[in-house]
Amino acid sequence: MKHVMKTSPYGKLGRVETLSQFTQFPKIEKLLNPTLQQFFTGKLLRKEELSLEEQSFQILWNNGYFKTHPAITKNKGTYMCHRCHNRKNHLFGVIPCQRCHKTHVYCRNCIMMGRMLQCDFLYEWIKSPYEWPKMKESLKWDGTLSHAQQYAAKEIVSAVENNEQRLIWAVTGAGKTEMLFLGLERAFAQGKRVCLASPRMDVVKELIPRFTRVFPHVEIEALHSDATNKRGVAQFIISTTHQLLRFKEAFDVVIIDEVDAFPYYLDPLLQFATKRAKKQHAAMIYLTATPRKDFLRTLRKEKVPIIFVPVRYHLQPLPMPTMLYVHRLTEKIKMNQPIKQVEQWLQKRKKQERQVLIFMPSIQQLKDYKETVCQSFLHLHIIKYHDQLDTVYADDDMRDKKIERFRNKELKVLMTTTILERGVTFPSVDVIILGASNHIFDVAALVQIAGRAGRSKDDPQGHVLYVHDGLTNAMLEAKNMIRMMNQKRKNMLKNNVVKKI
Amino acid sequence: MNYCLYCGEKISKTISWGTLFVLEADKYSCEKCVQAFQEIKGEYCRRCYKRCEQECCDDCYKWKVIYDGNDPLHKNISIYHYNDKMKDVISKWKYRGDYALGDIFKQKFQTVFQENFSQINKNTLIVPIPLSEKRLHERNFNQAAQLASFLTTNISPILERTHTEKQSKKSRKERLMSKNPFLLREKVQSDVILIDDIYTTGQTVRHAASLLKQNGCTNIYAFTLVRG
Repeated sequence: MKHVMKTSPYGKLGRVETLSQFTQFPKIEKLLNPTLQQFFTGKLLRKEELSLEEQSFQILWNNGYFKTHPAITKNKGTYMCHRCHNRKNHLFGVIPCQRCHKTHVYCRNCIMMGRMLQCDFLYEWIKSPYEWPKMKESLKWDGTLSHAQQYAAKEIVSAVENNEQRLIWAVTGAGKTEMLFLGLERAFAQGKRVCLASPRMDVVKELIPRFTRVFPHVEIEALHSDATNKRGVAQFIISTTHQLLRFKEAFDVVIIDEVDAFPYYLDPLLQFATKRAKKQHAAMIYLTATPRKDFLRTLRKEKVPIIFVPVRYHLQPLPMPTMLYVHRLTEKIKMNQPIKQVEQWLQKRKKQERQVLIFMPSIQQLKDYKETVCQSFLHLHIIKYHDQLDTVYADDDMRDKKIERFRNKELKVLMTTTILERGVTFPSVDVIILGASNHIFDVAALVQIAGRAGRSKDDPQGHVLYVHDGLTNAMLEAKNMIRMMNQKRKNMLKNNVVKKI
Repeated sequence: MNYCLYCGEKISKTISWGTLFVLEADKYSCEKCVQAFQEIKGEYCRRCYKRCEQECCDDCYKWKVIYDGNDPLHKNISIYHYNDKMKDVISKWKYRGDYALGDIFKQKFQTVFQENFSQINKNTLIVPIPLSEKRLHERNFNQAAQLASFLTTNISPILERTHTEKQSKKSRKERLMSKNPFLLREKVQSDVILIDDIYTTGQTVRHAASLLKQNGCTNIYAFTLVRG
């Protein structure tokens, strides 16, 4: 401990020798209140994030309430950041530290959460953790679960009770969120702390109102980069996976929605973050509609039960995508030419009042091609005014507003990139992918996008069109996957059983 | 292998006969990120590099009136406009404290300095605008000093700053009304080039410049990265 304080820049403010004078004051009981405990329990924080006065910090420190971890260590020539486990040397910067008058490295990978220098420390709360309230009958929901949903929900409950792992492989629109309700109620009844994490911010934003409605008395907090007050103190935390870097051994139940989404499946740092955020004995539940092969392989190796739900909550089949070949599609888009085949298809649709969701491979194409699409929709009388069509993409400042407008049906047509591929629900839409041959649309993306159609009970069908200039393996695989799911659905409805793989 | 400091993409080096014989300078950012910055070109005020059609912009005219024709600042030279991309980079660099990101500007800062100040007196001092001690402790580095270190190893820290509220948090009027926060450590007689990251109203550099002028400096220039 002495060594730690010596190198600490904060050592200057309160040296090891002088610390003992504070211990004479029996103020510790006064200082220690539930709010404080609630804030610190299960966290791994920078000194600045502790937001304690120096004196109070010293008292807590002296009584051994905090454990320190060095922020960055060096091992065999490579640095490692202990907050984000970044080990890539090019993601470390060098800075002449004005506090210690030495040059230090700092982690550039997690700098958005506040810079961590080599001379900084991470603080972990190790004594008297906060006890979360045991809430009985917290679920206020009068909906019912389908047979398949019930089966999955039971599995989730047992996973929560026994701190086990489960993968719920449920088709798009199967009602994954509703399956969680019973399991969550059980967790809150046992006074457990729950985290629902997703790699996508849009997914997080959509989930929050749904959960606050059914768990009105549970403290729910949303953590994502747009959130203003990120204290992370609620019993039920809905967060993006990035935000979990501030937690350590905090949660009894961790649910990861859309495990196969970018960037989670590619980023070992995020996977590490979720592992660290859960307690040693905790339930881990993965939700997805399109698990990746290697992920399935690792789960099978660990003997994690995989629950397969091949049927949507309204029991209707998934819409099959139609392939439409257009010669020199990319060039046509580049030249801003309207595509006749697509226009014909649009006219032939049975339900003209459905909204249209158009996916394109890149933001640049989206911006350039918008005007042409708008003109042809006006020409087809699908939209009456110019402003019934809009584009939305990741860096768009108006992103949330535009999605909201589409949901309110102020917008008839929305053009977007892969950001809206998953997690969002619009009741009645037809889906078009312009340029499905692009490598951006992999199997998961194609299946997910097809899953945007026909999600509501009132309009369970919907059209899906892949416009391409050359079939790709991904497109074929996606089609096969949807066909396979529909086949399984048929068998299941015949025999009335859900199979465990 | 190099990576772009801003977007993290790999930078591939082009191999040619030239690179075989002469070592290429290290690149710190990819082409895409560099192009997003907007250089000041064409029509701009010759005194402060603000975008304007006349020889002298309204800002400089106002300063002339305020100082009665004796503007302590001889000239300001800036490199980039303050566009959205630049705002983003500056906030990451300065406020988030990503020190290494400053290297993106290194080469440009050096070449523009060479172009504009090559004929200048050799005794000219390069003085970065300092931070107050408290702010320096908070931020752990001075961005102006970092920029100055690209130009010379011989930085003259002759100025000191008392702690005030952040400039960027104030309105234009508040800035213009603010007190001179600088103190002089030692008197100098030579010319001075003040280095700072952003020139917005010009108040900060003028505070420093007027203090230097009162104490015997002749010509005072400002060399800033961005014209706000």
